[in-house]
Amino acid sequence: MELIVGKYNYWMYILLMMIGFYAMIGKRNLVKKVVGMNIFQTSIILFFVSTAAKRGGTIPIVEHSSHGVQAFQYVNPLPHVLMLTAIVVMVSTFGVAMALILMIYRRYNTLEEDEILELRKQ
Amino acid sequence: MIAFFEDVIIQTVCRILTPFIQLYGLYVIAHGHHSPGGGFQGGVILGASFILLCLAYDIKEVKKRMSEQWNLLFCSIGVIIYAGIGALCLVLGGNYLDYSRLHKILFLDPIEARSMGIFGIEVGVGITVMAVMISIFLNLASEGEHERELE
Amino acid sequence: MTLPFPILIIVVPLISAFLMIVIGWWRKSLCYPLMLAALAVSTFSSVAILIHVMAHGTLHYYLGGWDPPWGIEYVIDPLNGLVAVIVSGISFLIGISSKRLAEKDFPEKLVYFNCIFLLQVTGLLGIVVTGDVFNLYVFLEIASLAGYALIAIGEDGAPFASFNYMIYGTIGACFYLLSVGYLYVVTGSLNMADLSKILPDLYHSKVVLMAFAFFAVGVAIKMALFPLHVWLPDAYTYAPSSVSSLVAPLTTKVGAYVLIRIMYTVFTPEFALNTIPAGTILCWVAATAALFGCILALAQTDLKRMFSYVLIAEVGYIALGVGLGNRQALTGAILHILNDALMMASLFLIVGALSYKEWPRKIDAFRGLHRKMPLTMASFVITALSVIGLPPTCGFFSKWYLVLGAIEAKEWLFAAVLLLSSLLNAILFFRVIEKAYFEPVLDDPHEGKPKEMEIDEAPFTILIPLLLLTAGVLSAGLLSGKIVSGVIRFAIPATF
Repeated sequence: MELIVGKYNYWMYILLMMIGFYAMIGKRNLVKKVVGMNIFQTSIILFFVSTAAKRGGTIPIVEHSSHGVQAFQYVNPLPHVLMLTAIVVMVSTFGVAMALILMIYRRYNTLEEDEILELRKQ
Repeated sequence: MIAFFEDVIIQTVCRILTPFIQLYGLYVIAHGHHSPGGGFQGGVILGASFILLCLAYDIKEVKKRMSEQWNLLFCSIGVIIYAGIGALCLVLGGNYLDYSRLHKILFLDPIEARSMGIFGIEVGVGITVMAVMISIFLNLASEGEHERELE
Repeated sequence: MTLPFPILIIVVPLISAFLMIVIGWWRKSLCYPLMLAALAVSTFSSVAILIHVMAHGTLHYYLGGWDPPWGIEYVIDPLNGLVAVIVSGISFLIGISSKRLAEKDFPEKLVYFNCIFLLQVTGLLGIVVTGDVFNLYVFLEIASLAGYALIAIGEDGAPFASFNYMIYGTIGACFYLLSVGYLYVVTGSLNMADLSKILPDLYHSKVVLMAFAFFAVGVAIKMALFPLHVWLPDAYTYAPSSVSSLVAPLTTKVGAYVLIRIMYTVFTPEFALNTIPAGTILCWVAATAALFGCILALAQTDLKRMFSYVLIAEVGYIALGVGLGNRQALTGAILHILNDALMMASLFLIVGALSYKEWPRKIDAFRGLHRKMPLTMASFVITALSVIGLPPTCGFFSKWYLVLGAIEAKEWLFAAVLLLSSLLNAILFFRVIEKAYFEPVLDDPHEGKPKEMEIDEAPFTILIPLLLLTAGVLSAGLLSGKIVSGVIRFAIPATF
């Protein structure tokens, strides 16, 4: 029981990651694939941020009136910073994906993968 | 292409709110040290203010205020500010992005110079992110015509 | 050491990429010289660093003045330095040739093409130079995104091929990010040297095993190792010639470098080869890749697609060398990184020259090509001999070390696979050479006299880099002894 309830954040991230992974591979519409890619990347962000949490910890912003920083009071800030970068990467990848989808739509007039493969064979 | 739909209430409210949104975006960039925020978040809010105008008004109106050429220039200027501050630290004798060396130009002590250095970087990041958000939205909303007008 | 060269390698192309947009707005003709200047500074810095590292030992550069493990550091040791020289040198030569090729394919997008070209080179060089696992992820994504954008500019099937590449590449990069996360959760550090110190106490932990598994799959996707190579043929065939001659030699080699770096420096060889059977699995997968690539290449009629499958086979050789796990095989693998980069750059540049002259890419249409473009076909012959593995070209020496390594590890099957794939490569390339040299284009089918063809070579900016790369193929072979004893001997981790 401890395995499931105690580590529920890992189960959540695995569930989200598998949903995103299935969407990237199993769906035929290109926009759904991009949505799956977003879910996949978001699940990894969830994993990192959840490993940073501490019981009773506050947000990792130092108040200027404090005398010194006691690390146990604050949530671990490093994964948050790493995930800022990962979010930027996610948004950039989404932007490139959208531009590619626009180019594909202009060329083939459809966004279904099987129809595009049919059109390419000709 | 979705036709432009004029509605007085939406247009007036968006027009009034946009400067406040931009002010809030600048606040978020500047207060990255003291509250949740920073370059990327503030840049997204600044970009969102332009996108709000795009939704309320015709895209051509917004393009008169933020032309595609200036959009691209803002992208580059932001990154040049970022990399340029790092190169400035290099020229002043430290390692790359070693902001404590900026105390020679800014006339502060090295620790405050680090704080100001990070702030400069955040401004660069904010400008670039704003330009990229607007560019992504314009590309999608105009179905790729955005890029044709550049040529 | 505060020599600024490690950072110049990366910062100069990065700033130039964005300065290019500002300058392109003002005057378009200055973009190409700016790109060449940035790439030249990078090449010069990487050569200077390699000489420094060979003389004085590993170079550390602390970004922001923060000491590791709190700050990001750039570490250059002989392996790094060699790959950095390869990447910057080849991108400089390809950059010279890219102007005419890009002007032919998309003349209105030159400023943006040069900008993204430089960003791609920045990303690749950043992967090579960094000593921090998360910084590697950032540069990996920079290089990948620039690659997706560049490949999509090509001909008809290019955006869809680039979309497929993007889906695969994102999965690969996210798996790499997951492995970084697992390692961070268990050790608390992101610095490669620090991880290699902390990890040995934790080898019994399942988290470290999962981290290795995720990283291996992620890098295998980026490197196009056998079952995960599916994105490569489409992406590199439909890309424009100016782009495929840059990404084809470099992206997979940098992926192979990441494999060596993380498998043998972060996770020590004792873990990667003894505790878990990663070496054995890698060898089997790589041997399949080498055979599979060659066999599928036989089925192709398009020259560029054939070269993409040959590239998959070459990546198989490098992975075989990494997986065998002894000194000879690893020497062969690192030497093959150098040789394969030169060979693939030359092959894809030949395709670029052919497409510039609007010669069709189907192999059946190659009749009489040696009369029309003799220098290009001469380079093709020399590079083909190198891919097959005939002395004195460079391909022979790296295959020699690989076969020696296979024999030393008593893996006779892999030595046989290497020799069989050399034979298949011979069939592959001689097919093209025969069509180009020995089948004349007849003026009049009844007379039998060969048609008079004037020499119509590609322009100088394409031809000179091609000849330089071919000369590189030959000289890397003649100097391979010096390269191995001078650089590669120190690049191999000491525990071998």
